[in-house]
Amino acid sequence: MNELIYSYIRENKDEILSAWIKNMRDKADERLIKVVSDEMFARTSAEFIDMIITRLKDNEQEFLNRLTDFAEKVVRLGWPLTFVNEGLRLFSKITFEGMVDQGIVNRDNQMDIVYDFDSFMTPMNNEVVNMYSQTWEKTVSLQKIALQELSAPLIPVLDRITVMPLVGTIDTERAKQIMENLLQGVVKHRSEVVLIDITGVPVVDTMVAHHIIQAAEAVRLVGAHCMLCGIRPEIAQTIVNLGINLNEITTKNSLQKGIEAALEITSRKIVEMEEMEE
Amino acid sequence: MEFQSCVKIINEWDIVAARQLGRNVAKELGFGTVDQARITTAISELARNIYLYAGQGRVCIEKLFENGKSGLLIVASDEGPGIPDVRKVMEDGFSTSGGLGAGLPGVKRLMDEFDLDTNVGKGTEIRATKWLR
Repeated sequence: MNELIYSYIRENKDEILSAWIKNMRDKADERLIKVVSDEMFARTSAEFIDMIITRLKDNEQEFLNRLTDFAEKVVRLGWPLTFVNEGLRLFSKITFEGMVDQGIVNRDNQMDIVYDFDSFMTPMNNEVVNMYSQTWEKTVSLQKIALQELSAPLIPVLDRITVMPLVGTIDTERAKQIMENLLQGVVKHRSEVVLIDITGVPVVDTMVAHHIIQAAEAVRLVGAHCMLCGIRPEIAQTIVNLGINLNEITTKNSLQKGIEAALEITSRKIVEMEEMEE
Repeated sequence: MEFQSCVKIINEWDIVAARQLGRNVAKELGFGTVDQARITTAISELARNIYLYAGQGRVCIEKLFENGKSGLLIVASDEGPGIPDVRKVMEDGFSTSGGLGAGLPGVKRLMDEFDLDTNVGKGTEIRATKWLR
């Protein structure tokens, strides 16, 4: 029975293709037109139809491989999933209507053909959706790893002085890492002063402040000083408005000031060298 | 002319989305950097309260235009457990989760107007406004 559908598609390949492309063009909105170029769209559509035609010749496994390749390709092109799904739906609609017009579908075999169509289209739909979600999941997990890598670095800048520059939003997960890295680093580098720089933290709310206070307290417990640097003026004002008490922590407005103070605590200072004389 | 957009708060990253929305609207309205920081911090507190105590809810940002003044309204609503003792949560240093307890009183100080409506077992709605001066 499937033979009917395939032979119809094979014989009317060009008509289906042009009707399909025309229909999709009408549907596409401006945002899509930017992403999907005419030429690329025509080429991909033709490829899709070729793929379906060769399904007869190839065995099932071969077809599945090609389907996976096709799905991978549309994902790589960055076409929105709704667009691709709509495309598949339109394709089956055009083909089915064409078959009705030619009288291939009649009252007797109508239901059979509908069922066949369904079992013919469903795996393709599934494969495309599956490929999209796999790609997204992969992207998300990769980004998560990338984010973790830059979440809380500890840099020993001078003997006994370490800096932890924080950039970006601090969530619970990250706050935990900050605490761990901070304490481990203090012990490992034998730091006396740790500077936490929050120049790159966009919002300091009570939760962020709470984590900073806890981290500073823990650093104090392992016998080092903790200093908070890079408090921007607007952040200072919101901290005051929120009524957060940072009295226990030494604060400096810039990392430079912080390092100077840290040197002072460790009884050192930076001096300019005298000009060397010949 | 009224403008409104909402962010659903379901996980921790939605707090960032709500904050970003608030910051953009505040920028459009012409708030300075200090007020932008106040508004985003207030949104952050309210959204985090939803995430911590109610599980889920929504934060809406509205532009207000009244008597020639413009302002920004934050509406944070949830269908969580509600707040049994409103007076207590408005005290500095009160927290049921081991936090600093500066959230709600802090938001009140960060914003110009603050309105809390809560029903135990039904949910909470907080409306906070900042006017552009």
